[in-house]
Amino acid sequence: MAEPRPVLEMTGIVKEFPGVRALSGVDFRLFPGEIHALMGENGAGKSTLIKVLTGVYPLDGGTIALDGQSMRIDSPFQAQQAGISTVYQEVNLCPNLSVAENIFIGREPTRYGRIQWSRMRKDAAELVDRLGLDIDVTAPLSSYPLAVQQLVAIVRSVGTGDSDGAGAGTKVLVLDEPTSSLDRDEVLELFRLMRRLRDEGVAILFVSHFLDQIYEICDRMTVLRNGTLVGEHLVSELDQVGLIQLMIGKAMDQLEGLHEHQLHAEVGETLLQAEGLGRTGGVAPFDLEIKKGEVLGLAGLLGSGRTELARLLFGADQPDSGKVTIGGKQVSMSAPNDAIGAGVAFCSENRKTEGLVPDLTVRENIILALQAARGWTRPIPAAQRDELVAKYIKALDIRPANPEARVGQLSGGNQQKVLLARWLITQPKLLILDEPTRGIDVGAKAEIQKLVVSLSEEGMSVLYIAAELEEVLRLSHTIGVLRDRKLVARIANGPEITPTRILETIASGEHQ
Amino acid sequence: MTTTPRWRALTQHHLFWPVAVLVVLLLINVPFTPDFFSIKMTDGHLYGSLVSIVLFGSPLILVAVGMTLVIATGGIDLSVGAVVAITGALTCSYISDQADQDSLSGVFLALGIGLVAAVVCGLWNGFLVARMGIQPIIATLIIMVAGRGVAQLITDGQIITINSEPYKLIGGGYWLTLPFSIFVVAAVVAVTVALTRRTALGLLVESVGGNAEASRLVGIRSMRIKIMVYVFCALCAGIAGLMISSNTSAADGNNAGLWIELDAILAVVIGGTSLLGGRFSIGGTVVGALVIQTLTTTIYTIGVPTQTNLVFKAAVVIVVCLLQSPKFRAKVFGNKFGSGAGSGAKGGGTSAATPADTAPTTAAAPKMEVS
Repeated sequence: MAEPRPVLEMTGIVKEFPGVRALSGVDFRLFPGEIHALMGENGAGKSTLIKVLTGVYPLDGGTIALDGQSMRIDSPFQAQQAGISTVYQEVNLCPNLSVAENIFIGREPTRYGRIQWSRMRKDAAELVDRLGLDIDVTAPLSSYPLAVQQLVAIVRSVGTGDSDGAGAGTKVLVLDEPTSSLDRDEVLELFRLMRRLRDEGVAILFVSHFLDQIYEICDRMTVLRNGTLVGEHLVSELDQVGLIQLMIGKAMDQLEGLHEHQLHAEVGETLLQAEGLGRTGGVAPFDLEIKKGEVLGLAGLLGSGRTELARLLFGADQPDSGKVTIGGKQVSMSAPNDAIGAGVAFCSENRKTEGLVPDLTVRENIILALQAARGWTRPIPAAQRDELVAKYIKALDIRPANPEARVGQLSGGNQQKVLLARWLITQPKLLILDEPTRGIDVGAKAEIQKLVVSLSEEGMSVLYIAAELEEVLRLSHTIGVLRDRKLVARIANGPEITPTRILETIASGEHQ
Repeated sequence: MTTTPRWRALTQHHLFWPVAVLVVLLLINVPFTPDFFSIKMTDGHLYGSLVSIVLFGSPLILVAVGMTLVIATGGIDLSVGAVVAITGALTCSYISDQADQDSLSGVFLALGIGLVAAVVCGLWNGFLVARMGIQPIIATLIIMVAGRGVAQLITDGQIITINSEPYKLIGGGYWLTLPFSIFVVAAVVAVTVALTRRTALGLLVESVGGNAEASRLVGIRSMRIKIMVYVFCALCAGIAGLMISSNTSAADGNNAGLWIELDAILAVVIGGTSLLGGRFSIGGTVVGALVIQTLTTTIYTIGVPTQTNLVFKAAVVIVVCLLQSPKFRAKVFGNKFGSGAGSGAKGGGTSAATPADTAPTTAAAPKMEVS
């Protein structure tokens, strides 16, 4: 037992999609009792590798060995049977069922074809207890916040294989972006559970875009770039700067210059003025002014009303008080059309459900807003359309640079760029970006932030919402702070404004 | 191996499977009717099985083309059969009240009345679905059930027969050696394709069906689009209603267009448009409708007993739907026809997938030295 044997060994993995080689000869290994980070930019092949491992995509080349035995994984079910469980970013459980039912759904303990409810509840309670969680397994899942639901999803995947007598249990647990919608305390709770599972010998594959979290919880990491393996490192031996360099393949562009730039930039006359705008259950009535070329950043905790405020300014939700004037004209804001007509564009934080039409191509998704504004009777002439699309694909570096590709097949960062292209093509006066950098990689994050600065230089106003305060501070001329669904402060950005000051404002509700 | 990519591209074309099924169905007829593919000229009219298939399939093609757009928005229209009946009943009862049934102006007015009624039905459906937010299957069920009653009311529960030469042309007449209805169908299909692909209507319909919330946030007036497709669908059904009543020179409120909605939905699905909405194919739908009509013809020519022909039809439909499924193709044919999405589950349940020999190592996390 001198050298521990990897529980999972993937060798020479190849995966091709029409026109794209997503993975070319990637090696990956995972040892029992470790938390292993899979790192890389969007489109580097992280998701593809995970999907190959969990049987969502068939392999085009290479081998997978589990416990030293070579095996084929043809379906997610087979992967689960073999002891590879996955928890995705979105919780795929039934909110109307109880926690216990969710944990055992599909493998309920039965006797003579009847479900043994009491045993199921007992087993679920034991499992939850063993993992050190305080959850009432008889309560409906929907009575718990999203973070707890995610923990239940993990408990469910860990419990797989226990009840059918095989006893193999989970050997490999894949966590794909589990933390992206959790707050700090919830993340800590998740980490506690992860450490516990690690100590029980489970190998955990962890994907996250938050570098700090990687450094907090992971033991080792594998870095991918453009579908190839860049290296495998102990977390303790590679610092963040080194990691980012590995991920993007060049020294990271300094974003610091942006900040200096924004601090000295001039902004123009008033573009948008909101007076007493509010919506019951959304955000309390607020006054807001956005100047031409100004970047207004919104800071506040998750659920503080940031998104709700943005949606009111776009007419995505109907305000029940107040009025909005854009460019001197009052806009009714009863539907997105009103706002769009006045030159407002909105990139929702939910790319998949509120942004893209996954079945349509990149080209169709890009022209959608412009086409909607022109109406169905006036299609954009093909030549002009192709030229516009090609221009924005190039300008935003959308990959693959194929306008015919189905947008659902693109990586998160590229999908975000498609959404940006969709609105930029309409040349809006005010661009609302709700968490444009969530769930995308460092390289694309930097690109998008630079884009925001250059847009504001050209005179476009931007309402910028991000969970990362550094990002908001770096880009904004003015920062609006939200707390408990109220706009509590407006702070002019300056050298003396630090994340800590903003946090104090969020905590106290007032700006000193 | 040089043909492989081409073959692959061909089999992955969205019309490949519908057309393949159509060809196979047509060929099945040959042993039973050796002159199946021959077309004869008699009295200046072309006759033959192929011509008949298109002629008798015309109303179905019309209804299915309209249905395609409704389904592409994520909806469904069950009322088309009733709209067929209402249109036929109104038009025929108007013509039968005329002193001179051959009067062109009278016939045109009758056509107008019938089609306006169809449009009103479509507006009602669209209003319920788009404005009231009622589920399409329920909203259109109302006219499906009530519409036949309305049609019977118009005809007083009788079958109205008429004797109008100009009206007979639409569904039973000939023009340039071919049945006139073929020209009507060709015109409607051409107009539909132009309307959806030459304008941006097709894109907006696919967007609304593909992601309704995203479409709203991008500024598409989905309500208008939805009302438009329901009206268009009803209009298509109305034209089909004219055709059916013209062909028989009679309006039967009870049986005209009975169950045509189901055949139309089937034709749309066979044509490759998903019931979930989004991408649609008018060409696919036309082929799908022809498949269903050919199937009906085949049932007669190969002599399936009438009592069991529905069972036979169902069996063929199951086969067609299975062939349409990428998963099924991957399972049966392997990767040759698979679309890449299907996981070739040939080795399903390989025993290597059940590792029970070694318990998970519970030693404390080993840190590997990695250079």
